Amino acid sequence: MSWLHIMILIPFLFAIIVPFIYRVFAPRIHTGWFVLSVPSVIFLYLLMYIPIISTGETILISVPWIPSYGINYTTYIDGLSLVFGLVITGIGALVVLYSIYYMSKLKESLHNFYVYLLLFMGAMLGLVFSDNILVLYVFWELTSISSFLLIAYWYQRERSRYGAQKSMNITIFGGLAMLAGFIMLSMMTETYSIREMINQTDSIYEHSLFLPAMILLLLGAFTKSAQFPFSIWLPDAMEAPTPISAYLHSATMVKAGIYLVARMTPIFGGTPEWFWLVTSAGLITLLYGSLTAVKQTDLKALLAYSTISQLGLIMSLLGMGSASLYYGTGDEASMYAAAVLAAIFHLINHSTFKGSLFMVVGIIDHETGTRDIRRLGGLMHLMPISFTLAIIGGFSMAGLPPFNGFLSKEMFFTAVLNASDMSIFSMESLGVIIPVIAWAASVFTFIYCMILIFKTFTGKYKPKKLEKAAHEAPVGMLVPPVILSSLVIIIFFFPNVLSQYILKPAMGAVLPAYSQPGEIEIKISAWHGWNTELFMTLGVVGAGTFLYLYLKKWIGIYSIYPYSMTFNNFYNQGLGKIEDMSLTLTKSYMTGFIRDYFVYVFTFLIIIIGGSMLFLDGAAFDAGNNAPVSIYEGVLIISMITAALTVLFSKSRLTAIVAVGALGYLVSLFFVIFRAPDLALTQLVVETVTTALFLLCFYHLPEIRREAVRVKFRMTNLVISLGVGAIVAILALSANGTRLFEPIAYYYENSYELAGARNIVNAILVDFRGIDTMLEIFVLGIASLGVYTLVKLRISGRDRSERTK
Amino acid sequence: MKEPNDIILHAVIKVAVVIIFTFSINLFFSGHHNPGGGFIGGLGFSAALTLLFLAFDIETVRQNIPVDFKVLTAIGVLIAVFTGVGGIVFGAPFLTQAFNYFDIPVFGKTELATAVLFDIGVAMAVIGTSMSIILSIGDDH
Repeated sequence: MSWLHIMILIPFLFAIIVPFIYRVFAPRIHTGWFVLSVPSVIFLYLLMYIPIISTGETILISVPWIPSYGINYTTYIDGLSLVFGLVITGIGALVVLYSIYYMSKLKESLHNFYVYLLLFMGAMLGLVFSDNILVLYVFWELTSISSFLLIAYWYQRERSRYGAQKSMNITIFGGLAMLAGFIMLSMMTETYSIREMINQTDSIYEHSLFLPAMILLLLGAFTKSAQFPFSIWLPDAMEAPTPISAYLHSATMVKAGIYLVARMTPIFGGTPEWFWLVTSAGLITLLYGSLTAVKQTDLKALLAYSTISQLGLIMSLLGMGSASLYYGTGDEASMYAAAVLAAIFHLINHSTFKGSLFMVVGIIDHETGTRDIRRLGGLMHLMPISFTLAIIGGFSMAGLPPFNGFLSKEMFFTAVLNASDMSIFSMESLGVIIPVIAWAASVFTFIYCMILIFKTFTGKYKPKKLEKAAHEAPVGMLVPPVILSSLVIIIFFFPNVLSQYILKPAMGAVLPAYSQPGEIEIKISAWHGWNTELFMTLGVVGAGTFLYLYLKKWIGIYSIYPYSMTFNNFYNQGLGKIEDMSLTLTKSYMTGFIRDYFVYVFTFLIIIIGGSMLFLDGAAFDAGNNAPVSIYEGVLIISMITAALTVLFSKSRLTAIVAVGALGYLVSLFFVIFRAPDLALTQLVVETVTTALFLLCFYHLPEIRREAVRVKFRMTNLVISLGVGAIVAILALSANGTRLFEPIAYYYENSYELAGARNIVNAILVDFRGIDTMLEIFVLGIASLGVYTLVKLRISGRDRSERTK
Repeated sequence: MKEPNDIILHAVIKVAVVIIFTFSINLFFSGHHNPGGGFIGGLGFSAALTLLFLAFDIETVRQNIPVDFKVLTAIGVLIAVFTGVGGIVFGAPFLTQAFNYFDIPVFGKTELATAVLFDIGVAMAVIGTSMSIILSIGDDH
C-alpha cells in the first residue's frame, strides 16, 4: 500500500463520510468546502511527480488484490497518466469550488451530489493510474455509473432521466465491447498488464484476433468520448448541473476514451487499420460536431456539440500521430510524433478554455434564469467579467492569438498537412481530403464561437424575456473560470515550459521511442513565419466572419435534413422497439405458475448437464475405491426411499411435512455414520428450522385434495422428473468416479499448522476457502432480501388490485 | 392464527431456549478445534429464536428482541468483508487470517484467531438470513 494507492482511494473514503458531514453541518456550512480539500490535496501530491516524470522515469507500484487470479492493483505513473491525473484533480478542485456557489446549500441535496462527484473522481483517477486492464475496466464502468447518477441528479425532471439512461445505455454498451476487447488482448498476450502487452506488440499484430480486439476497444473509446455516431448521448447529458457538465462532460470523463486510445497506441498503432479508424472517426466527429453546434439555440447544447467536435480533433491527432510508430525513429517519425504532442497539448487547452466557458454559461444560467440564445443579449455591460472570460475562452476555442487554442490549432494544421503528404496507408489518393475537412470544420468552429460570445453579450438587452434581472455573479463563482482563463493566456506565452515538463513525457508514453527526454526537438512557438498554417488560419477567420455576418441567410439549410434520419431518432425508435419486444417475449413465458417455471428450470438442467455429459464423455463410473455397503447404510437407504415415497403419495400435507423432515434426519444419520459431525449437526439444525418454517406456512396452504383434482397427469412432467432424477444420479456417481483435482482432504494434515485450527471443516470454511464462505453469506443475504421483498411486494400488489376493483 | 392453550409449551420453551442459546454459543466457539463454528452456531441460535416465535406471538417476541434481522445480515456480511480487508491493511492478500497464542489472565494460554471475527460475521449473516426469511413468511397473513 503506497501513498499513491491511498491517494486514489481517498475520494472513495471521503465519499463515505460526506453524508455524515452533511447531516452535521448542513445548512450552516456548504458541504462543498469539506469536499474541496480532496482534489486539492491530490493535485498538490501529483505535482510532486512532475520533476521525476519529466526526466523520463516511470513509476510502477503493485499491490496484490486477488493474487490467485493474477489480478493486482498496479498503479503506473507515466507522463500520460500524470497529465490526466492533474487535469482530473485540478479541474476537479475548481469545479468543486464553483459548485459551492452554484448549488444552493438550502435547496439541493448536496450529500448525494458530492458523493457521486467523489465517486466519479476516484474512479477516474483509478482508471488513468491503473496498469491492469481488468482493474481499468472496473473503474471505467464506475465512471459511467457515476456519470449516470450525476446526469439524473435532478431526477424529478423527465429530460434528466432520459439523458441519464441514454448515456448509460451507450457508454455501458461500449464498455462491454471494450471488456471483450480486453479479454481478447489478454488471450493473445497471456497477461493483464498493459506494460507487458506493449512488449509483445509484434506477436499481437500477427494474431488473428488483432482486428476484432482493436475494433471492440475502439468501440469502448468512441462511445465514451462521444465520437460520431455515438455522440448523441452527450447533448442530452447536459441536463446535469453545470459544474458536472464542465467537469465530466467536457474536461474528464469524455476524455477517458482519448486516454484509452493514447494508452493503446503503442500496442495497435503503426498499422493502417488503427490509423484509418481513429483518424477518420476523429475527423468525421470534428466536422459533424462543429456543423451541428452552429444551429443550437441552447448555450449548453452548443458547448456540448463543440465538445464533441474538439474531442474529434484530439482523436484525429492521435490517429495521425500513430503513423510515427510505423517509421519507428527518424525524421518522418518525429514529424508525426508532433501530432501526438499536439493532441495532448490540445487536450489540456481544451480542458482550460472549455471548462471556463461552461462555467461562464453556468453563470449566465444562474444569474438570468435562461440559456436560450434567442432570449439573451446585451449582457456585456451587466456582466463585464463574464464577458471578458467568454472572450478569452471563445477566442481560444476559435483558434485566435494570444490564447493557447491558437497554438494547438496551428499544430493541428501542421499535422493534417503532414498527413496529406504521407506515402503510406494508401494516403496518396485520399490524403488531400484531410486538410479540407480540418479547414472546413475550423470555419464552423469559428462561427459557433462567435455565436456564443456575441449573441449573448452584445445586441439588445431583453429583460422581459429573462426570469431574473441579470447581474454579475458572486466572486466565488468567478474565481474558478478566472483561474482557467489566466491559464489560457499563460500557456500561450510559455508553451515550452509546459511542453518540457508535461507534454513530452506524455508523448513518450504514447510513443515509446521518445520516452527519454532530449530525443526529439519540438518547439512550440506562436510565430512560424508566413507558412501554410497561418494562411489557413487567416482563411478560417475571413470565411468564418463572412459566414457569421450572413448567418440568417443560410441557417435555414439545417432544417432541410429531416429529423427521421437522425441517429437520435434511430436511438429512440430502437429503444421503443426493444422495450416492446422484450415485453412480448417476457409475457410469453412468464405465466405466473410456478409449475411452468419448474418445467423450464429442469428442462434446461437436463439439456445442459445431460448434453455436456453426453458430448464430453462426462459419465464415468468407478466403484473401485468405494467402501463396502454396510448393514446400517442399507437400512438407512430403505428408510429414506420409504420416506420419499410417503411424501409423494401422502394425502395430507402434515404427513408430507413429517416425511420430508424424516428424510432430512436420515441424511444426517448418514453423516454420523461417515463420521462427519459438523455436517450432521448442520443438517440436523437445518432440518429443524425447515420443519418449523413449513409449520408456519402450514396454515396458509390450501388442502391438498382440492388441488389434486385440478392437476392432471402430464406426460411431459413425468419425462422431466424422471430425467432430472436420472441426471442427478449419474452426476453423483460420475463425480465420485472422477478425480480431476487433489482432494480437499489434503488440508487435513496441516490445518493445525496453517490455520491454527484442529477442526478441518471450520478451517476450510473460514480460512482456506474464506472467499467462498464470504460470497456464500453474500448470497444468503441477497436471498433473504429477495424473500422479504417478494413477500412484502405481493401484499402491496394485492392491495392495489383490490383498490382498483 | 388460533389461540391455542399452550402453557406447557411456553413453560418448556422458556427453559429450553436458554439451553439452546448456551449450546449454540458453545458450538460457535468450539468451532475452531471441535465440531461447530459460525454456520452451525448461527443456525442453532436461529432455531432457538424460531422456537420462541412459534410458541409466543411474533409481536411479543419482536417487542422483547427489537432486532431488524435484515440489518443484522448486512452487518454480518460487512464484518466478514472487513476482516478480509484487514489482511490488506497489513500487507497480506485479501482474506488472510492470522492467529497467535496469548496469556490471558483467567483463561491461561489461549489462542486468538482473526478467523473467529470472520466467523462472527458468518454467524450473524446466517441468523439474520434465516430469521428474516422465516419472519417475512410467518408475518404474511
